[in-house]
Amino acid sequence: MFRPMLDPGAPAGAPLRFTFDGVVMTARAGDTVAAALLANGVAVNRETPVSGAPRGAYCMMGVCFECLVVIDGVGNRQGCLVPLEDGMRIETQHGARQAEFREGIEA
Amino acid sequence: MSLTTPQSEPDVVVIGGGLVGGAMAYGLARAGARVCVLDEGDLALRASRGNFALVWVQSKGMGMPEYAAWSKRSADAWHELAALLRDETAIDVAHSQPGGFTLCLSDAELQQRVDGMTRLHNQINMVEYGYEVLDHAETKRRLPDIGKDVAGSIYSPIDGHVNSLRLFRALHEALQRRGSDYRPNCAVEAITPENGGFRITGPWGEIRAPKVVLAAGLGNARLAPMVGLDAPVRPSKGQVIVTEKTAPFLHNPMVTVRQTDEGGVMIGDSQEDLGFDTVVTQPIISLMAERAVRMFPRLAGLNVVRTWSALRVMSPDGFPIYEQSTAHPGAFVTTCHSGVTLAANHVLTLAPAILAGALPDVVAPFNARRFNVPAHA
Repeated sequence: MFRPMLDPGAPAGAPLRFTFDGVVMTARAGDTVAAALLANGVAVNRETPVSGAPRGAYCMMGVCFECLVVIDGVGNRQGCLVPLEDGMRIETQHGARQAEFREGIEA
Repeated sequence: MSLTTPQSEPDVVVIGGGLVGGAMAYGLARAGARVCVLDEGDLALRASRGNFALVWVQSKGMGMPEYAAWSKRSADAWHELAALLRDETAIDVAHSQPGGFTLCLSDAELQQRVDGMTRLHNQINMVEYGYEVLDHAETKRRLPDIGKDVAGSIYSPIDGHVNSLRLFRALHEALQRRGSDYRPNCAVEAITPENGGFRITGPWGEIRAPKVVLAAGLGNARLAPMVGLDAPVRPSKGQVIVTEKTAPFLHNPMVTVRQTDEGGVMIGDSQEDLGFDTVVTQPIISLMAERAVRMFPRLAGLNVVRTWSALRVMSPDGFPIYEQSTAHPGAFVTTCHSGVTLAANHVLTLAPAILAGALPDVVAPFNARRFNVPAHA
């Protein structure tokens, strides 16, 4: 449905590999997580905590919170505000996030 | 705002439409009274919008054991209130009574709490309810997510919590369904005792009634003397943090940390004596957050979505004031800083008594005359 728009002659960013729900995908340096998912055909990245309805990235500017995903084990990250990094493990946000234990904060 | 339409005189005018006024008005309407509520507008100080939503008993009543009994009575009656509101409004106020903890972050803090509870329960006429002092291991067994800094806790099975915003809405919804006359943006300028009743006036006009209930929170200090009553209340600032909503992991409320039925974690219970100042201040908020993270390290990863402050309505000794005017019978003052905890008493006990014309003996200790006698040695 979506594809990257490139200015003619502009240099493409370096390719980055990441996974979404375990599936290996590729995008480019400079993409946000939400853009990378859309470019790979991912239209659903979360299920709402209230009704369980499927949702996908919408505003792409940090306002609508539809692009929430789990990134490297941390839930409720706004995919449109997080630059993609090589090797990121991205997962569908199923319902409410868990209050995970963080590294460095001793229980 | 439309002009108030003329209609027959109500039986009671309740001044204030927060949790105390809303509960009094609902209780009066339920008891069969025609009720008019005069409320301020969106800019009212309104502790009802900012409170921490505990139905809390443990630790209350040092110096006045009757207050402990009054709080416990309301905690017991809260099940009935929640059911009533659900039946009348179909709103679930998310009341639960799973027992509450006061977590302590050092041995000294725990000892101070233990001594406080011992003194509280050593009072003559203190109401009986169970509480336990738990060490770290036992606290951890019951609350697996606590951090290593928790030295221990006080637990009492009678503590609980609600969704106080939904309580606020449910009281107003119930009032509306009972046909009460709710008037927002009607701040009261004067109350004049007249012909055995009261004439209540403001920029919006005037209304007369044989009874008036002052439930105007901090506004009661100004209004009470107009009907021969005394309500020397002052603001006590509390700041609150709420995090994003997460999957449930805190079943029980702590006195300073609770997860709401909707998933957000509230962190609160600061107390500052700064007059009518309601600015949120970073040093207080960060201290509250730091203590909360030491209690529950999982909180560290959560995003804070909002902070705010609100003003408690505090009397000189911190206890409620309930009194009928002797100079002008039919005028009542009701004020407290625990409008959530005491809501069940206000609806089920106080309001019917006010309609009948006399406060019950159980609230006699909360007469404001107590402020005018020298403290005993």
